[in-house]
Amino acid sequence: MMIYRINIDGKSFNCPEGQTVLIAMTRTGNTFLPVGCCSGGCGVCKVIVLKGDYETKVMSRAKVSIEEEAKGIALACRILPASDLTICRVKA
Amino acid sequence: MRKGVIRPGHIQLRVMDMEEALKHYRDLIGLIEVDRDDKGRVYLKGWTEVDKYSVVLVESDTPGLDFIGFKVLNEKVLNGLKNDLIDYGCEVFEHEAGELDSCGRRVCFVTPTGHTFELYAEKEQTGKWGLAKINPDPWPLNLTGMKAERFDHCLLMGPNVPATKMLFSEVLGFDLSEQVVTPDNTIAGAFMSCSMKAHDIAFVECPDFGKLHHVSFHLETWQDLLKAADLLTMTETKKDIGPTRHGLTSGQTVYFFDRSGNRNEVFCGGDYHYPDHPPVTWKAEDLGKAIFYHELVIHPTYLEVLT
Ligand code: FES
Ligand SMILES: [Fe+2]
Repeated sequence: MMIYRINIDGKSFNCPEGQTVLIAMTRTGNTFLPVGCCSGGCGVCKVIVLKGDYETKVMSRAKVSIEEEAKGIALACRILPASDLTICRVKA
Repeated sequence: MRKGVIRPGHIQLRVMDMEEALKHYRDLIGLIEVDRDDKGRVYLKGWTEVDKYSVVLVESDTPGLDFIGFKVLNEKVLNGLKNDLIDYGCEVFEHEAGELDSCGRRVCFVTPTGHTFELYAEKEQTGKWGLAKINPDPWPLNLTGMKAERFDHCLLMGPNVPATKMLFSEVLGFDLSEQVVTPDNTIAGAFMSCSMKAHDIAFVECPDFGKLHHVSFHLETWQDLLKAADLLTMTETKKDIGPTRHGLTSGQTVYFFDRSGNRNEVFCGGDYHYPDHPPVTWKAEDLGKAIFYHELVIHPTYLEVLT
């Protein structure tokens, strides 16, 4: 199984393939991002991916618009990494 | 004074993926799927409910609450309340009978908090699920998951809670059973009852209009809450907090999220309310104790995580 390195605002942790960035963050005991519904609905975990490849599970359109999504903005609880990622928090 | 509103009868909830939502509401919470319509909506109920359904799920790219419906005694009450709402200054619109499956005409209005409510008098009664009409057993076989008994209440958030409280007490005849007041004596939280329950609807102040804080389902006992929390871990469902106790209503609770981020609650116990009871008051400064009586603090995302 692949393990990806996730860098959020200069701090980093490991994320196993198939796990979302937010779950990997909490399971490694980190608290860089606020944790809410973990289901893509509330938007508190909003980030922008600066570098790397990923897929997203379905996210609330009220929290991430089509234009934002195209710019790399996403909800950390919905991001499945496909490479190491460099991420910045976006205030919801 | 009571005006003939009986109970919260249904909610229409937006979910982002219907199959995931059914795994959650039907298989995990244990609601019974009773119907689907040509708009793709799925209708469910708690097994003790006599009416055909109480939860309507609809697929959308944005989670949250479409509307909440209260059942009233009869058509005469419905017509009277419609006129009273108009006289009070509410903009009222109607859905014709059958727009929601097996439901009569619905009289709709928007509260100052920005939530759409509706009143209706008729809905098909199919009886408690799985029980005989005569000599019924106490509970049916083949329930799943948390075995939720009924849809019980919602907590809604938005601005203008004092005006919304007035509308519900003056026009719709709800009692204020419990309240949260700020130091300047403004109501920041209104827990309102149209029955003997500690609350049938609750409003809490926040700047954004029309927000859903949680949808609550009733379980029988504290032991059932423990098992419900076990099921959350077994199904990798995100728990918010609990099992624990509320100060407000003194109910026992577990909070968690559906697969679209809508907050759910399962709860049991709690206080009762008679129309002559004065409201129980909580100070906004002590909101930690009011909401989580054991923890005494509110975790940071509790009042911000809304759909
Ligand atoms: S935690 Fe709610 S959208 Fe990510
Ligand atoms: Fe509740």
